Amino acid sequence: MSIAIPKAIPNAIPKRRFKLSTRTRNLVLGLTFVSPWIIGFLAWTIYPLFSSLYYSFQNYDLLRPPVFIGLGNYVQFFTDKSHTPTVVYNTFYYVLLSAPLGVVSAFLLANLLNANIKGRSFFRALFFFPAIVPAMVTAYVWNFLLNVQYGAVNGALRGVGLSTIPFLTNPQLAKPSLVLIHMWAQGNAMLIFLATLQDVPRSLYEAAIVDGANTWHKFWYITIPMCTPVILFNMIMAFIGGFQNFILPWLLTGGGPNQATEFFTVYLYRNAFVYLRMGFASAMAWLLFITIVFFTVIMLKTSARWVYYGSEAY
Amino acid sequence: MQAQAISRAPVAQRSGFRRTLRKLGVKGVTAEIVKYVILLTLAASFALPFFWMVTSALKDDSQVYTVPPIWFPSPAHWNNFWNAWHVRPFTAFSINTVFQYAIPVTLATVFSSAFVAYGFSRIKWPGRDVLFLICIMTMMVPFFVLMVPRFIIFKNLGWINSYRPLVVPEMFGNAFFIFMLRQFYMTIPEELSDAARIDGCSEFGILARIILPLAKSALTVVALFTFINSWNDYLGPLIYINKVSLFPISLGLQELQRSVMQSGWNPMVYPHLMAASTIITLPIVIFFFFAQRTFIEGIALTGLKA
Repeated sequence: MSIAIPKAIPNAIPKRRFKLSTRTRNLVLGLTFVSPWIIGFLAWTIYPLFSSLYYSFQNYDLLRPPVFIGLGNYVQFFTDKSHTPTVVYNTFYYVLLSAPLGVVSAFLLANLLNANIKGRSFFRALFFFPAIVPAMVTAYVWNFLLNVQYGAVNGALRGVGLSTIPFLTNPQLAKPSLVLIHMWAQGNAMLIFLATLQDVPRSLYEAAIVDGANTWHKFWYITIPMCTPVILFNMIMAFIGGFQNFILPWLLTGGGPNQATEFFTVYLYRNAFVYLRMGFASAMAWLLFITIVFFTVIMLKTSARWVYYGSEAY
Repeated sequence: MQAQAISRAPVAQRSGFRRTLRKLGVKGVTAEIVKYVILLTLAASFALPFFWMVTSALKDDSQVYTVPPIWFPSPAHWNNFWNAWHVRPFTAFSINTVFQYAIPVTLATVFSSAFVAYGFSRIKWPGRDVLFLICIMTMMVPFFVLMVPRFIIFKNLGWINSYRPLVVPEMFGNAFFIFMLRQFYMTIPEELSDAARIDGCSEFGILARIILPLAKSALTVVALFTFINSWNDYLGPLIYINKVSLFPISLGLQELQRSVMQSGWNPMVYPHLMAASTIITLPIVIFFFFAQRTFIEGIALTGLKA
């Protein structure tokens, strides 16, 4: 006992209760932070998604329990001669017209704003603003604006001696009128283009000028190719938005005149909440979903041919 | 070719006008004129609907129903604004929109998205990127696919005719803003988090004390967009709210249009509708005016990172 052998001091290194590796600890923490989204995703997206598929095979009017009818809704949609052809035609007409025109007009506006202009922020604000105006206000104001007798546009036409144009009452002109309004509200796409244009390297333009490029050359051979990724993005968004276009046709023309603006979504809404045919509406919704995915995939797959991802990767 | 280019290089000018033009980088006067003509024509076309809305709001029926239309109403009826606001209970509608919809949904979205985005960006855990990809993909699901089942769910919960179906789902994070905030969080240096972790700070602490203060601008964008979207939202309330007393502004405006567009002679249809529309657009104008920079950076932020 003369030499005191030091005993191990108890509790010098506290023993961990749970030996968690950093990996597991991070997993738990990560999932904790993300858990609200996971719960919401399951409850408000996954469950309704499959629920909608389920209802698409039923007849359901909310008052009586759903009745299974297999592919009945889908068959009915594809064989309905009175509505389906019109609805499909209207929707594709609108999307194929409004998406390219919208993207092109946003692009041209952005280029105009990008040139040396005094008061650029004022014009930029002006061109952007229609995009955030409430859709109902857009509908009611344009309704009045395009009115055949009392509207400003026709008034101006009369003033210059031209004949009036029945924008919203002529079935042939109703859809183009909607496209026109769509082009007015392209502020979002325009801003994205504007930001992209400012990222195009100056050196490219300078090199081109040395080689004798004029304004058109610069635009066609430099500006457009460098912007193709964002053009693709805006095109896809325009298609997705175009297929889901609802508020304007619903409020401005109510699907008319003569069903000229009865788009897919308008018809869908009508079936769901006016006729209370929830099953049929669900089937239509899934067809819409498949169509959108189809077009998106096609656009992405064919994009490699014309989109240039430069060294400045986006 | 090169000689031409060099000779085209700017040369010091005597005349002040030409020199000013050269300073502006002008190639030719005609090009500039054309540019401004196009710009001003477009600007006028874009401004026309707003101009029409405001001037029509000041008209009375005799000034509306004339051919050719009057551009500047001569006795301007400023009381139209007051009248239009009170033809229908717009004060109640605005209170509904702001306190039952816009503010709750903005708070819910900002907090939940900021919280979830942290988990997707500042912590490395297995499966994180796959799950994030799924999160982004949910944005591709069209609203109309979810519309009917969600309605049925909320009907079974008894939440129809309230704002809960519109606010509650946003308490679980909004995919778009989660995406945007995640991109933003990733620009904050890891060293800050590491230093805090060494000092014993919990992840929640890091989020609250370090990340959020640095993300103020991004969070403002989220709040601004959410508020404006809820102010403008039409389809959401259309589906879930049927009681007129609960209507938000968007449905209130439609209610006004419906009530005045009934058959028979309806006085002051258009002026009142335009006046109400002007007032409804006003908060957006104000918001936009004060927050223009934030707005535009926000859109650029979302677009480029996509």
